[in-house]
Amino acid sequence: MSAPTTDVRARISARTIVWLQGLAGLAGFAALLEIVPRSGLVSPLYLPPFSTIVVALYKEMMSAEFWTALSDTLEAWAIGLVISVVAGVVVGIAIGSSQALRALTHSTIEFLRPIPSVALIPLAVLLFGSQIQSTLILVVYASFWQVLIQVLYGVQDVDPVARETARSYGLGTWAQIRYVIWPTALPYLMTGIRLAAAVALILAITSEVAIDTQGLGKEIADTESGGAVAAMYAYVIVAGIIGVIVNLGARALERRVLSWHPSMRLDSAGARA
Amino acid sequence: MVRAATPMLEVNRLRKIYADSSRTVEAIRDVSFGVGQGELVCIVGPSGAGKTTLLKCIAGLLAPSSGEIVLEGQPVIEPPPAMAVVFQEYGRSLFPWMTVHDNVMLPLKHKKIDAGRREELVRDALAAVDLKGVEAAYPWQLSGGMQQRVAIARAVAYEPHVLLMDEPFAAVDAQTRADLEDLIRVLWRRLRVTVLFVTHDIDESVYLGQRVLVMSHAPTVIMEDVAIDLPDERTQLETRSMARFGELRKHIYSQIQLAKQGWRPPTE
Amino acid sequence: MNAAVPSLFRRIAVMLALPVALIATWWFASADSQNFYFPPLRTILQTFSKLWFSSQATQNVVPSLVRFSIGYLAAGLLGIAIGIPVGASRNLRNVLEPVLEFLRAVPPPVLVPVLILFTGLGNEMKALVIVFGCIWPVLLNTVAGVRALDEVLAEVVRSYRIRPFARFWHFILPGASPQIFTGLRQSLSIGLILMVVSEMYAAKDGIGFALVQYQRTFAIPEMWSGIIVLGIIGIGLSLIFRAFEAWILGWYHGLRQSQRAS
Repeated sequence: MSAPTTDVRARISARTIVWLQGLAGLAGFAALLEIVPRSGLVSPLYLPPFSTIVVALYKEMMSAEFWTALSDTLEAWAIGLVISVVAGVVVGIAIGSSQALRALTHSTIEFLRPIPSVALIPLAVLLFGSQIQSTLILVVYASFWQVLIQVLYGVQDVDPVARETARSYGLGTWAQIRYVIWPTALPYLMTGIRLAAAVALILAITSEVAIDTQGLGKEIADTESGGAVAAMYAYVIVAGIIGVIVNLGARALERRVLSWHPSMRLDSAGARA
Repeated sequence: MVRAATPMLEVNRLRKIYADSSRTVEAIRDVSFGVGQGELVCIVGPSGAGKTTLLKCIAGLLAPSSGEIVLEGQPVIEPPPAMAVVFQEYGRSLFPWMTVHDNVMLPLKHKKIDAGRREELVRDALAAVDLKGVEAAYPWQLSGGMQQRVAIARAVAYEPHVLLMDEPFAAVDAQTRADLEDLIRVLWRRLRVTVLFVTHDIDESVYLGQRVLVMSHAPTVIMEDVAIDLPDERTQLETRSMARFGELRKHIYSQIQLAKQGWRPPTE
Repeated sequence: MNAAVPSLFRRIAVMLALPVALIATWWFASADSQNFYFPPLRTILQTFSKLWFSSQATQNVVPSLVRFSIGYLAAGLLGIAIGIPVGASRNLRNVLEPVLEFLRAVPPPVLVPVLILFTGLGNEMKALVIVFGCIWPVLLNTVAGVRALDEVLAEVVRSYRIRPFARFWHFILPGASPQIFTGLRQSLSIGLILMVVSEMYAAKDGIGFALVQYQRTFAIPEMWSGIIVLGIIGIGLSLIFRAFEAWILGWYHGLRQSQRAS
């Protein structure tokens, strides 16, 4: 009934409204953080006003220490994530391709998976102290399962007809993996990477808080015990922002990879949010 | 063209416009009709004719832009207690976490009747739609036709004065549809309930109705209020092969074609 | 019946084969171990029975589990209670979503030092840490679940004039429950992490505390036994959760199966 241009404009303005609402929420939150300490509801010793935190953040960002801590956290996160993804894919495809292996390993996986990786903290400390290897042990142990489980779902989802066809055409193992298994498992792998990325960050920071390895978590612990409360919150906010970036980035990556993928995958348990 | 003395349901100059920030769509331009007590009236029209919009306005689920709906002398502003609706998407209209029994029971829970009576109503309703032994089953364990019967049973157990049905058999296979159509006529006679039945299937509207309101496509008006003078006892085989059936069907079809060419009945 | 027995036997055998093999390997590989950090499995198990089937258990395991349970359940209830109204209102959702996504992205262990500021080193700190960490997955998944409620069902509810409480109890809550359980599952692992970390960081009792003590005093077999205890707790909680989920979401699993079959 109306020209397409008016339609597009309506759609854009609806999106803008959502954006503005979200912005309003964030602004309201910041305002709350400003008013509550100032009004004395909560002691400004425990919760400095938002403006004070921002100033502290600015100061921290001027220091080299901030950037070292940030890069330490990201380094541990990235290395741990890469290791777990590679390991998860390799083990996942190896196990998933064989009915026998899947049956044999199922119980072991279900036993090992719920074990919290923080249980390994004392061992890690004994072996590696506060070095990055401790963090990597925690990160890899936790993230590996996320990737593995999803890859197993993915390999299981492979169309058996496609596999039979590939085999009857004499395609070797490698070619089968490349042309049949990989495309089907890819969406699941993306979900696994998204979940693993979030878990990896949590464990990296956990290690820094609990074991004192270098990074944002350590800075938070140190500023807390040193009484630099505003700086502590500044680091907390940074940690949150990193978390948001990781989440958004992983989701964007997942969407990009899946946008062309004609996936009809079932929403396997835990795949959302 | 109102038949009975006091209409059970009156639709007066109904108009519905959908508007968002960019454009407006006039779904229903001007619809007026009355339904007498105990009548079975079908509403037929092509896709996009605003039939579902009309039904939702009557059901109180949608507010009209102008005009009014009057049920038993009272204006309808929200879903009235004397009305029950059977939706087209039967799969999605039943609660998958409840058994058939609980699904049929749910609307009765807030009615001021005692538990014994409620159980009786549920049992009778399920028997009336020919469903036996499924009370403890879940909807997704049943076939499509059976699910729609459950939805109908739920409406029947509610003891409504007016039963609204929104293309309830559109998503069902032809054989099941025939059985369900007959079921509706049986229920209608037994319960003496007033039925407003929306469909896009002309044959179905002629087979079921005492009157057929023919809708144009949007912006919708009533093309004609056709009286169906077929015998009261109808069967799929006999009635559909009658000459009169063919005439009525042809007439309604041509009305719809006229509408598509832009013709509208002169306004009063 | 005769055919079923060997198949059941086979299933159990397959289930146990690898774990038994792994444990056996561990046992024999470490039997003569002189390595300080990796004592023989036998020693570990001896220490285990000595340690954890005693008052140690009540002193450490019970407080940990109590704090965890309180924190987790509180987080679950709060998350659902807040998530439902937010999910139901599009405007509330739009306004709050960025804030909630940010709060959820803050790595929960970070809260331990923060909460120490407010509540010191006591039990409140640990329970609160768990609440703060566990609430976000539940909340956000509840919002998503409420948002995804079937519109046709919503119209059914309206057309039959179903009252607000019945609407909540029979429509909103069950409808969103699959998604809510996804959030609860994520919160389970987060809660465990937080339980341990808060106790490792600052505590007088608890499993995490005990583990750190053993590590600091180089009581290696005890430390390993503590790791095993944590593992058992993790597995146990996961099993309990699964059983609970299977009970509540039985209808959902049936529904999905029937959809997949068609």
